[in-house]
Amino acid sequence: MMDSTTPFNQFSGSSQYVLDEELGKIINVSMALEMPLLLKGEPGTGKTMLAHAIAERLDMPLIVLNVKSSMKLVDALYQYDTLTRLNDSRFGDSQRDVSNIGDYIRMGKIGQAFAAERRVVLLIDEIDKADTDFQDDMLDVLDQMQFDILEVDRTVSARHRPVVIITSNAKKDLSDPFLGRCNFHHIAFPGEEMMRRIVAVHFPQVDRDLSEACIAAFYRLRELEGVEKKPATRELLNWMRALNADPDFRSENLQQGIPPYLGILFKKSPDLEQVLAQLQS
Amino acid sequence: MFIAFFYALRARGVAVTPTAFLRLQRALSLGLVTSLRDFYSVARAILIKSERDFDLYDQVFAGCFEGEERPEELEVNLQEEARALLEEWLKDPESLADALGLDPEKMKRLTAEELERYFFDRMQDQDGAHHGGRKWIGTGGISPVGHSGRNPGGMRVGGSSRRRSAVKVAMERRYREYGREAPLRRADFGEALKRLRHLKPVGPRDQISIPQTLHATMRNGGEIEIVFERRLADRLKVMLLIDNGGYSMDAYVETVEHLFQQARSHFQRLEIFYFHNTIYRRVWRDPQRSSQPVAIEQLLAADPETRLIVVGDASMAPEELLSTGGKLQLRQLLERPSVENFKDLAKAFRHAAWINPQSRSLWKYGQTIGLLGSIFPMYELTLSGLEQAVRHLAARH
Repeated sequence: MMDSTTPFNQFSGSSQYVLDEELGKIINVSMALEMPLLLKGEPGTGKTMLAHAIAERLDMPLIVLNVKSSMKLVDALYQYDTLTRLNDSRFGDSQRDVSNIGDYIRMGKIGQAFAAERRVVLLIDEIDKADTDFQDDMLDVLDQMQFDILEVDRTVSARHRPVVIITSNAKKDLSDPFLGRCNFHHIAFPGEEMMRRIVAVHFPQVDRDLSEACIAAFYRLRELEGVEKKPATRELLNWMRALNADPDFRSENLQQGIPPYLGILFKKSPDLEQVLAQLQS
Repeated sequence: MFIAFFYALRARGVAVTPTAFLRLQRALSLGLVTSLRDFYSVARAILIKSERDFDLYDQVFAGCFEGEERPEELEVNLQEEARALLEEWLKDPESLADALGLDPEKMKRLTAEELERYFFDRMQDQDGAHHGGRKWIGTGGISPVGHSGRNPGGMRVGGSSRRRSAVKVAMERRYREYGREAPLRRADFGEALKRLRHLKPVGPRDQISIPQTLHATMRNGGEIEIVFERRLADRLKVMLLIDNGGYSMDAYVETVEHLFQQARSHFQRLEIFYFHNTIYRRVWRDPQRSSQPVAIEQLLAADPETRLIVVGDASMAPEELLSTGGKLQLRQLLERPSVENFKDLAKAFRHAAWINPQSRSLWKYGQTIGLLGSIFPMYELTLSGLEQAVRHLAARH
């Protein structure tokens, strides 16, 4: 287990993720305080990517729990596979021992994180999809670092306290008890300076003029009125990838007229029409 | 200084809990904070739980620490403030013990004076670290960690703000647009409305029901029998009545329509009707209220599970609501006051809510608001108001 006084530099960013200084600090403090870190932010600001980056940087395996609205907490902890057991008892063609329920217990994502041989990063993605009970109960489990498997009357305790990262889309408020037990950070949409660095990480080869032109055009397009889903970092990167792959494309093309491949940036057809109308006027 | 900061946050209405504040003390005592910039980020992560409060935090931070970046600094009367703080924390002894790293049992045995002394010692430690670490304040670039280029890992860490002090960063108020007083964002509304989900089984039986399969198989003496069931889909019907008559509603009509159109895909059916001030015999499908009238009886005949949402300021001359003559349509002699129509609607639809774009503080001045508010549960047209309305509509009655 990591010493809680490990210095700050244990985490400062990974190869594909550009981390701002502030966030780096907060991650380190959360690790030291052994508290989950709740990340909120617009879609496309890299909440999920961050957990990947942390795992990579800390050289820990990453376990991802994708929360779904219908999910029960127990699904995230373990599953008692009654169907397989029923099948085995009926046909008896497996190596498992039907009379041993333990053979039919499978660990869920949180269970896997607890049972792992080494410390892992546990990403709980889009927690806001689940209901409040799920959220509160889950933090109980993460506080105590253990849970019970009722069917076999066994307690699973974490061998190493995972680094817990929780993401939430900035739309829905989480309950107060939940928030009270997390550290919180809001990832703002990156400014142009930050975006330059992000682009540079993803396209180290790309000509500087081209990336400058793309970024400038991107922020200009984001400013357009009446767009429901504004393009985010992910869209910019894909767009640049497309422009880059097009042999006929010149960065001067972005200065005037309608930029190519707008469909990559604006994914809803009313948005695209809206943008085209405004660009043509 | 930190205590003053804590109280300043609370005074501005940021719900900072003592537990969170103690946690911050722990982070400080772990030696994890080496500059005021660090303190700014770390304290925010620990104390503030919503980006809507970030702007207030920035303001309070700038106010509290503005003078602090200069070397000469005012001494705070630690003793007195700490005692007040201790009193507050003692209301919750368990988290106090936890934060101080004390065994709760052991803490109980301490006398009040001992506890106070222990607490002061801890505060002094923290205070000492803070004063001893004078150097960390306003260092800008010499802090050993976290700054781009100076970072031992040499990784890409955003460095554009490297030279700026924490207070300057706070004064930029980067989070102003997320603040609670900021205009409502449509995305927020859409999200609130999405929660109006109402799942019912529909369609062919093509999903295996595990519990029923198990049950049937057991009854069958172990012979496997698979039971199928219908899948769940949203079958919610929503009826929206919008008061689009009159100057007072103009600003809101478009917003409300847009919001519901956006959420339309979540409902089985969304119907929008318009009225002016109050409902006499009919409402209209067209916003001009001329070509497509719909009789009130027709509304009342809709599926009683329909969610009825009325959007209006509920403000009018009382006689419009109460007198049998009505006000606007003098030619029609009405046999009963229009308020009865609202009562019928509330009776026909168990799940109904009234959303009022006027601020709640003004409601008490309108006679008709109180009257309609007693018929329909009334909510403000704000994010929290809409969420309450949605909660009310989604609940089973």
